[in-house]
Amino acid sequence: METISNLIIPCMVLFVVFYGILKKTEVYDSFVEGAKESFPMILTMFPSMLAMVFGINLLMKSGFLEFLLSFLNPFLQFLRIPIEIVTLAIMRPISGSSSLALLNTILATFHPDSFVGNLASIIQGSTDTTFYVLTLYFGSIGIKKIRYSLFAGLLADLAGILAAFIVAHFFFAP
Amino acid sequence: MVNKIWAFFILCGVIFCIFTGKLDILNEEILLSADTAFSMILKIFPVMALWLGIMKIAEDSGLLKKLSKQISKILKYLFPEIPKNHESLSYIASNVICNMFGLGNAATPFGLKAMQSLQKLNDKKDTASKSMITFLVLNTSGLTIIPTTILSLRILYKSTNPTAIVLPCLIATFVSTAVGLFFNYLFSRRH
Repeated sequence: METISNLIIPCMVLFVVFYGILKKTEVYDSFVEGAKESFPMILTMFPSMLAMVFGINLLMKSGFLEFLLSFLNPFLQFLRIPIEIVTLAIMRPISGSSSLALLNTILATFHPDSFVGNLASIIQGSTDTTFYVLTLYFGSIGIKKIRYSLFAGLLADLAGILAAFIVAHFFFAP
Repeated sequence: MVNKIWAFFILCGVIFCIFTGKLDILNEEILLSADTAFSMILKIFPVMALWLGIMKIAEDSGLLKKLSKQISKILKYLFPEIPKNHESLSYIASNVICNMFGLGNAATPFGLKAMQSLQKLNDKKDTASKSMITFLVLNTSGLTIIPTTILSLRILYKSTNPTAIVLPCLIATFVSTAVGLFFNYLFSRRH
């Protein structure tokens, strides 16, 4: 299983470059051109990342969440789910940069190869920010009545998070 | 929404620290956050640049276009309301392809274009159409093959096997998309 996981990226790289050569694309020039596009992207990403890391770290290190979720603790301990994972699952549909900041905190606290680290990585990778996409896409064309879209989107998120749990147990048994 | 959440984080964090007497942690954290954010961005940057380079080859060689043509053949069944050969299908396909390959930023312009052209087919301009919601569900369930930012963070914290999560992510994201589409179908029939 791990071998398949490790093969996906190399195979894609191989395929893309091979196809490029086949179609007589100047692969080196294209690569350099594409890599250049990362500069403006990183520059626009940094301010919102900074804001979210700042906010998330203050909240997490203050112990406020532990306090708030402490009455849920027996239940979570029974299921062996760390509080950080619950917070990540709640934040994931709301804000992309804040859940990324949370993942950062989790990976720094637990090792990325630990069960929690792997689980958090999969949760982050399994869904997208429903609220952001909804606001952006519907806002751009002036849709006011969103009907069942938010509900359907959140159900997809929930399914993704549950699937992440099951898959993580299967691949990285704690 | 984000404004309120962010303010909530800061206010709760600071007030709780003051009440529980963790002022040393508070001061340290305020100064350290910028550093953390910077090292995060520094780690994400190279992997992102590398991947954008690879993807540019796929774009220039016509591979992305070819894939999106294939994808729109499948998409036809998910969007029965869209007339044959309508431009919105190709925008949706490009958006899905970009998302799949972890090019979130490149996907957004296609997504906005897709929404605009779906709006042309919409009779009630302030109400989301069936196709719009299907597209939204497809988008928010986040069908991604290469989670570049997650991989870079795993490398940052010295994972011995950063790519071990690629296949699990793929399975989870697939389940999320399938369930989303299933409920979308169910709701759209009820309405």
